[in-house]
Amino acid sequence: MNRDTMTWTIIFVIGLALILIRIVTSGGLFGKAYVKAVPREYAQVAAPGEDENWIDVTSEEALDYDLTQIPAAQRITWTSYNQTHPIDYANAMAADPNQSAYQFSFWRTFGIWLSAFFTLAIFSFLYKDNPFYKIAESVVVGVSAAYWMVVGFWSVIIPNLFGKIYPESVQSWAMPGLTGEAAKQDLWYLIPLILGAMLLWRLAPKGAWIARWPLAFIIGTTAGMRLMGFLHGDFISQIRNSIASIYIKTAHIAADGTPLLDAAGAPVMGFDFWESLRSVIIIVGVLSCLVYFFFSFEHKGIVGKTAKLGIWFLMITFGAAFGFTVMGRIALLAIRLEFLFDDWLWLLDPSGKRVMDTVGLLWQSFPMLT
Amino acid sequence: MYEFLKNLDRRWVFLLMLFAVALPIYFNAQFPEKPTGLARAVFNEVEKLNEGDPVLLAFDFDPASEGELGPMATAFVRHCAEKKVKMYFMSLWPVGPRMVEDALDRVVRSDFPELKYGEDWVQLGYKSGYEAVIKVIVTDLKQLYTTDRFGAAIDSIPLMADIQSVQDFSLVINISAGYAGTKEWVQYASTPYPDITIVAGCTGVQAPLLYPYIPEQLPGLLGAIKGAAEYEMLVLDKYGARDANGQLAESGKYFEGIRRMGPQLIAHVLMILLIVTGNIIFFIERKREGSS
Repeated sequence: MNRDTMTWTIIFVIGLALILIRIVTSGGLFGKAYVKAVPREYAQVAAPGEDENWIDVTSEEALDYDLTQIPAAQRITWTSYNQTHPIDYANAMAADPNQSAYQFSFWRTFGIWLSAFFTLAIFSFLYKDNPFYKIAESVVVGVSAAYWMVVGFWSVIIPNLFGKIYPESVQSWAMPGLTGEAAKQDLWYLIPLILGAMLLWRLAPKGAWIARWPLAFIIGTTAGMRLMGFLHGDFISQIRNSIASIYIKTAHIAADGTPLLDAAGAPVMGFDFWESLRSVIIIVGVLSCLVYFFFSFEHKGIVGKTAKLGIWFLMITFGAAFGFTVMGRIALLAIRLEFLFDDWLWLLDPSGKRVMDTVGLLWQSFPMLT
Repeated sequence: MYEFLKNLDRRWVFLLMLFAVALPIYFNAQFPEKPTGLARAVFNEVEKLNEGDPVLLAFDFDPASEGELGPMATAFVRHCAEKKVKMYFMSLWPVGPRMVEDALDRVVRSDFPELKYGEDWVQLGYKSGYEAVIKVIVTDLKQLYTTDRFGAAIDSIPLMADIQSVQDFSLVINISAGYAGTKEWVQYASTPYPDITIVAGCTGVQAPLLYPYIPEQLPGLLGAIKGAAEYEMLVLDKYGARDANGQLAESGKYFEGIRRMGPQLIAHVLMILLIVTGNIIFFIERKREGSS
């Protein structure tokens, strides 16, 4: 084992030892999730002249009906399990050790541990590529693709395609709320259905060329739409925004924040140095950057000097962009470390979810949680 | 030392960065934030709203950007709830509705339980199509949103009675992590329809690309976690932190952006030191090569 490997092995062992110390000293008080069981009951009611409707028996709307007359067959009950904070569970147990409303949740706890494992597995790539990283990466890609497909199917294909072509059928098995104007049949939607089927033809062993037609339609419409968007939103608007006055006058503001008025009641206007300077910088920056990208003349003399100024503007822009990118990446690292320290290891409690001792490491106030 | 730094294994940099971020988090290091003009512009646009004004909140991000955008999402929803405006949530990203639910859990369901679904806020959910969705809903929202996220007919929701298109909203608040996001909202909503006012919060990577739209096409922008922290400061200064009983509460959920600026400062100092060190080594190396 060379010195480098030895050093990094020691660092990993120290990290592992710290986690083990946390496990031993905490008495198992970390990485747990709790839920509150909330019994729910809905009743099927019908006001005179209205369709039957399911209402929450605890809602204000339920006060309009005599729910005692509704038979059991027209009632449904179930229990919702809402995530709650450990401190709520601790308080409930302190008040009544036999209570069952607040419970430990095995599956949500399992989720926290799984998240911690995947977070550490992704971090492990910083040392070197390894099977744990590969597993985590594959799971992220697979779960994301599956999630996108399911959400797309239920949010778009069912309500916006089949809901238009077969509204009655979709209402009967998938979307009972599909009523009124939205439930009108519109057979024009057969065209996107056919185009969608043609797109899937790409997967068939023969006739893959059929998929090119809807693909051409997608590319054509997207290109046309984006061209207009960029022309209008960026090209023309940015030219217009760059045509700025270099002598800017603004209203003088009084100490109380209101504009100063003259004898005639009109605002007192004056030269605004900083706004004018801002305009000058924008104009000089735009022109010098344009000169830098203008290659019809050799970059010598005044053209060369202006192009150099353009490089400075570009470099400052790239530096600002890099700074923002660093900020974004650090924020992502911070949220994962917060998750590990807060939700998993319970070393922190920024939201007051738990009761910490004065050291902030052990959670001793509620031994009944063990 | 020079040789060690010259051949420094990049994993030492990773380890240093880990400590630079982890230690401020562990010790809860926080630094004062002074709101900039852009954060004030966003705040003022929301402040201008009157009670009952309809506001569209488009959450175009996913869990990968939650660390950056979650705090500003919380602050936006909290600000809207304090202003008592009507909130309409939508997303151009499939996981966006889940992000909306998280923000609702953190703010509306816990601190504003009096706000009712369908009367004070509504979840329209996700629609695929990126900018094509914006292009349609700026003129006819109900053509695409035939139901809400939970399958209820859009016409059965009281809040939707006066809404025909995005042009009916007093303000559009977009939280964006990329494509489709703020750029598309500017291109297809606020540029062709100048009556539509958009303010946005975005990731750090996007921010430099969106600054040219300010102020004509985009009155205000919160750039990354710094923008979120500044906006949080403004909201907290005006409304404080309160619990479900209306009592002031030091709830950490309203300080997430401010809290996450501690690690930012230390990590940026480390980055600057590394860049300076790298440049010093580069110049020493060049000088040695020149003299040999």
